[in-house]
Amino acid sequence: MNWEAFFTTLKLATVTSLILLIISLPLSYWVAFSKWRFKFLVEAVVALPLVLPPTVLGFYVLMAMGPQSPFGRLYERLAGHGLPFTFEGLVIGSVLYSLPFAVQPMAAAFGSVDRKYIEASWMLGVSNLGTFFRVIIPQSWAGVITGIVLSFAHTVGEFGVVLMVGGDIPGVTRTLSIDIYDQVQALNYSSAALTSAMLLIISFLILSIVYGLNRKGWLFVANRGHRQAI
Amino acid sequence: MLLTADIVKQFDGGPRVEASIQIEGAASIMILFGPSGAGKTTVLRCLAGLENLTSGRITFDGEDWTKIPPQRRSVGYLFQDYALFPHLRVRDNIAYGIKHSHGSIEQVAEMLRVRDLLNRWPSELSGGQQQRVALARTLVRKPRLLLLDEPLSALDAATRDHVRSELAHILRGVGIPAIVVTHDWVDALTLGDQMLVMSGGRVLQTGPPEEIFTRPQHREVAAAVGVDTVIAGRIQRREAGIAVLQVGSGQLAAADPGGADVDFYVCIRGDDVTLEKGRADQSSARNHLRGTVAEIAAAGILTKVIVDVGFELVALVTRQAVADLELTKGAEVFAVFKASAVHLIPNARM
Repeated sequence: MNWEAFFTTLKLATVTSLILLIISLPLSYWVAFSKWRFKFLVEAVVALPLVLPPTVLGFYVLMAMGPQSPFGRLYERLAGHGLPFTFEGLVIGSVLYSLPFAVQPMAAAFGSVDRKYIEASWMLGVSNLGTFFRVIIPQSWAGVITGIVLSFAHTVGEFGVVLMVGGDIPGVTRTLSIDIYDQVQALNYSSAALTSAMLLIISFLILSIVYGLNRKGWLFVANRGHRQAI
Repeated sequence: MLLTADIVKQFDGGPRVEASIQIEGAASIMILFGPSGAGKTTVLRCLAGLENLTSGRITFDGEDWTKIPPQRRSVGYLFQDYALFPHLRVRDNIAYGIKHSHGSIEQVAEMLRVRDLLNRWPSELSGGQQQRVALARTLVRKPRLLLLDEPLSALDAATRDHVRSELAHILRGVGIPAIVVTHDWVDALTLGDQMLVMSGGRVLQTGPPEEIFTRPQHREVAAAVGVDTVIAGRIQRREAGIAVLQVGSGQLAAADPGGADVDFYVCIRGDDVTLEKGRADQSSARNHLRGTVAEIAAAGILTKVIVDVGFELVALVTRQAVADLELTKGAEVFAVFKASAVHLIPNARM
């Protein structure tokens, strides 16, 4: 078991899901409630990582970060070093790669909040922003937590984007999934088996949490702090 | 004039709703009455700011509300099923729209008798309690206008009567002008000072509820306010203040409306019609029509009996009466009603 890769993975997944939480709340709100007629285009872009080969996504992210692109040059001037093959670059790639896993459950949860509660909030003098935090989010906990947990899990499991964008630098961008690949290349099967089993267990636990959360009524009751009137 | 609203709302590729509403007094209750799909709730939502007007103008107490968002209208809105926030206790529901309580929650909870419920969850309340909590949540903000969308339709028949009179008491007590949407004529008569009848997206008639119920001006109003028999008839002869009309293959007597018109809609309220087994010899009622029972159906606490007397006449009688008269489909029966119970509305389409 490569603990260095384990902590790199943990750090990457945590940072990625925190950034995704911040990005996805407003983005999901917009996706759920915007009446713009070209909204479907944005939805398609958000969903792209679901179908695009990770190497393709990784390739474009690498190009966008490189010294040929304005963004890459701007970052290099501000930070003093380039983004490719750094942890920060890896975070950007991971955020893009896991975006649909955060946005889709959140947008679905926001969209399924009964409109009458939103309107009731307005009629009680509360702004759209206030209504979002006081009515929509409290009734969408399962969706918000699902989005964060799924993007965490998805980041733990990513391979192609990490390899393309991060390279394979021990302690910086070498994650568990890359480590398994390296171990197998080195014919080190017992170490690969251990790490694989570890990832399998983690993934199973995470998905159990997600499905448990979404069991009807479970979160709602927990949220209300007692077990009556399910 | 406290409230003046000229509302035109055109839904994309859908229905169009047009209404003008005026409220004069500070404490009057206006009923928006009509069948479902008449556009009543749309009018209410436009007044609340939940729908934008296609054209028109809303002014309240000299302020132009036409483009003001709902948050800044100081309107209290009671939703059809009350829309209490399920994730908040009763106390937090009531406090939702105010910044500082200063005891106002206790005060309004006392007034609406929900003090003992403050720590409950909305799902633990009965329908009547939910309504009082929703009213408390609205009234604690001291709104200048109250809008109530079908406030009694979420309740079962047994509690509705009780809650209705309680609601009337509360609305009179707070002295805030209110607009109440309903399709129930009992609600309209109990709660309303003024009434506006809507059908098909238009206002058909405005006036005090009693006047509209006894004197509907259009056939649609008569149908909308629940006059049970509405059928075309033609005056055959007039004698001594009585007009005899041919209706279908039957005849009936009505108070002569005067004028030169001969074609009318005959409107008879079902509870004005009595059913008898044989023909009473002495009665002040002018109409004793022999017919056969065409249909029997439950209608709330009453039973609706349709009698074929040459036309289909609706009678509303008690279940006991149905049993006593041994009414079954096809049975012979006399339908009895006074000439003055027949309301004639000129039939301009003939």
